[in-house]
Parts: sequence; C-alpha cells; structure tokens
Amino acid sequence: MAFVTVVLFLISFIFGISSGTMSKVSSAAMSGAQSALELCFSMGGALCLWSGVMTVLERSTLGLHLGRGLRCLLRRLFPEAGQNDTILTALSGNVSANLLGLGNAATPMGVRAATAMAAGCGGVASNELCRLVVLNTASVQLLPTTVAALRSAAGCATPLDILPAVWLSSLFSVTAGLAAAWLLEKWVK
Amino acid sequence: MDLSSFIIPLLLSFISLWALREKINVYDALADGAAEGLRVLLRIFPHLLVLLTAVSMFRASGALDELTRWLRPALEWLGIPPETAPLVLLRPFSGSGGLAIGSDLIATYGPDSTIGRTAAVMLGCTETTFYTIAVYFGAAGIRKLRHTLAAALMADIAGFLAAAWCVKWLF
Repeated sequence: MAFVTVVLFLISFIFGISSGTMSKVSSAAMSGAQSALELCFSMGGALCLWSGVMTVLERSTLGLHLGRGLRCLLRRLFPEAGQNDTILTALSGNVSANLLGLGNAATPMGVRAATAMAAGCGGVASNELCRLVVLNTASVQLLPTTVAALRSAAGCATPLDILPAVWLSSLFSVTAGLAAAWLLEKWVK
Repeated sequence: MDLSSFIIPLLLSFISLWALREKINVYDALADGAAEGLRVLLRIFPHLLVLLTAVSMFRASGALDELTRWLRPALEWLGIPPETAPLVLLRPFSGSGGLAIGSDLIATYGPDSTIGRTAAVMLGCTETTFYTIAVYFGAAGIRKLRHTLAAALMADIAGFLAAAWCVKWLF
C-alpha cells in the first residue's frame, strides 16, 4: 500500500503542475481526509449494529447453523481457519452478507475473521488471508441493489435485467482472483 | 414495498427470538458486539484517512482524464467500450467515485444502451479493491500483503472484461 500511496501522491503533484490544478489538489487533500472521517461516521452505526448481530450469532447456536451449505465450500477454501468454529461463523456471516448485498454487514464479519486469522502471522498475510481478501474485493452479490437503483433512477423499466450478466461476470472475476492467488502464493514469499 | 426491505427487520426479529429460546441476553450481546464494532472502526479509520486523501488528490489533479486517453485504445482492442475507461480506472480506488462515474455513464448513454449496461454490470461485479485491502489488513495489522494486490487486481480485470463480453453476448 505504501507504493500505491506514493504513486498517487506523485501523480497528483505532477498533474497539479502540468495542468495548473494545484490549488484544487491542495484543497482536495484536506477534503479527502475529512471525507474519511465522514465515511466512518456514516457507516459507523450500521457497522456496530452488524457487529452486534455477529456477537448474537457467535453466542447462540445460530452461528453453527448458518449456511451449512457454505461450510463445505468454506472448509475447502480455508482449511486451516475452517477448523476454528468462531472463525468459520464469521466467515459464513461474511459470505452470506456479501451474497445478500449487505456491504455494511459483510465488513465487520469479514474483519473479525481476518483479525482472528492474522493472530500469529507476524504482520505477514497468510495464503488464507489473501484468499479472504480476494473473495471480498471481487464482489459476489446475488442482488446488486445499488446498481439497480442507479438504473431505475435513469428511467430504466427493467433495472434487474442485467442480473444474469452480473452473476456470470462475478463468477468469472472471483474465479480469476482465486486462481491468481493460488498460482501466486507458491512464488511470493 | 420491495422484498429486500424485509431482510433486516426479519433477521433482527429472528435472531432475538432464537437467542430468547437459548436464554442468551440479546441486549448484552448486541451492545458487546457494538463495542467491538467501534474498536474495528477505530482501527480502520487511520488507513481510510491515508487512502481517501490520496485518492481525493488524484481525482482533483485531472490525471484521470489523461490516463483515460491512454487507456482507451487498449480497451477498444479488448472489446470493452472505451467510454467506460474512467470507470475502469477509478473503480478499484474509490467507491463513491466509481458510483458517480457509473451513474453518469448510465444517465448519459441510457440505462439500456450497451455502454450503460456495461457500466452497470462492471459496478455489480467488482468492489473497491484498495479500500477493501486497506480495511481488512489495516484492522488485522497486516503489513506485508504478499500477492494479495496482484490477485485482487486480476479479479477486477477479469470482471471488467467479463462485464463487456457478457453484455455483448446476452443483449
């Protein structure tokens, strides 16, 4: 991420000079920082509520019941973390929330799983952690509600007619991401 | 009234009834979980701050227009509508930026045009990659990403390609 940050700062600076937008870039730095705080505030309530729901799932037997179908898949994707029931509950919560398009719920559950999986890694991402993040960066959504809302706002009568295309593309992108992770994990130490 | 508005109230009622049955204090569990959520939020905030500052500067610098010009021929060659170039560039960095460009494309070219549909499918099948990585690894205290970024970007590229091809093929 350090590399990405440096590249973004340098590109902004260079283009700020060459296209005379430096004053905009300068104020954008401050407003960007502000927007990070605003984002935390605007998603904070939902994030904490979902984290609470997750805790109810963990303390009851519901977590174990959640997505029995998912468990098979998850145990295969995460053989090590899958041994731990608490992590497995968080993982199935994360995947279910993603499928339902509840982004604010997916984050605290996924983060909970990631934090537990990172224990003892010494700050280096394990193969399973990489897989979890790739799974979350490639959106797997059954109902892309935000996009559907955008389309109906533009006057579309059938905003969900893109569903088959979204499912196919999502499947393709998740497969490509996981395949890339699987190929690369042997080479990148 | 749409069906998706049922999900959250139904889920909350269901888990509280279930917890009641198992004699678990729902109120305490929700409150403890919320406290945990606040700690997560505190851990991810510094990472969001750095990323969003950099992305905001990048967008204001006008570099996006220039990079879009470079990317257009490549997209055309791959069979992706070149008008979607700014979306392809910004989507992995900025969720709000990606949505803004996507809705602009949908409004300009029409939701049922090839470009509008491609933009919608692109938004539906990809995520804000850098944001997700910053949040997950920031919260988990991971400093060495290893191959995560490469694999995640591969998923994005595959998603963009598949979006363009699926729209061409299905409509």
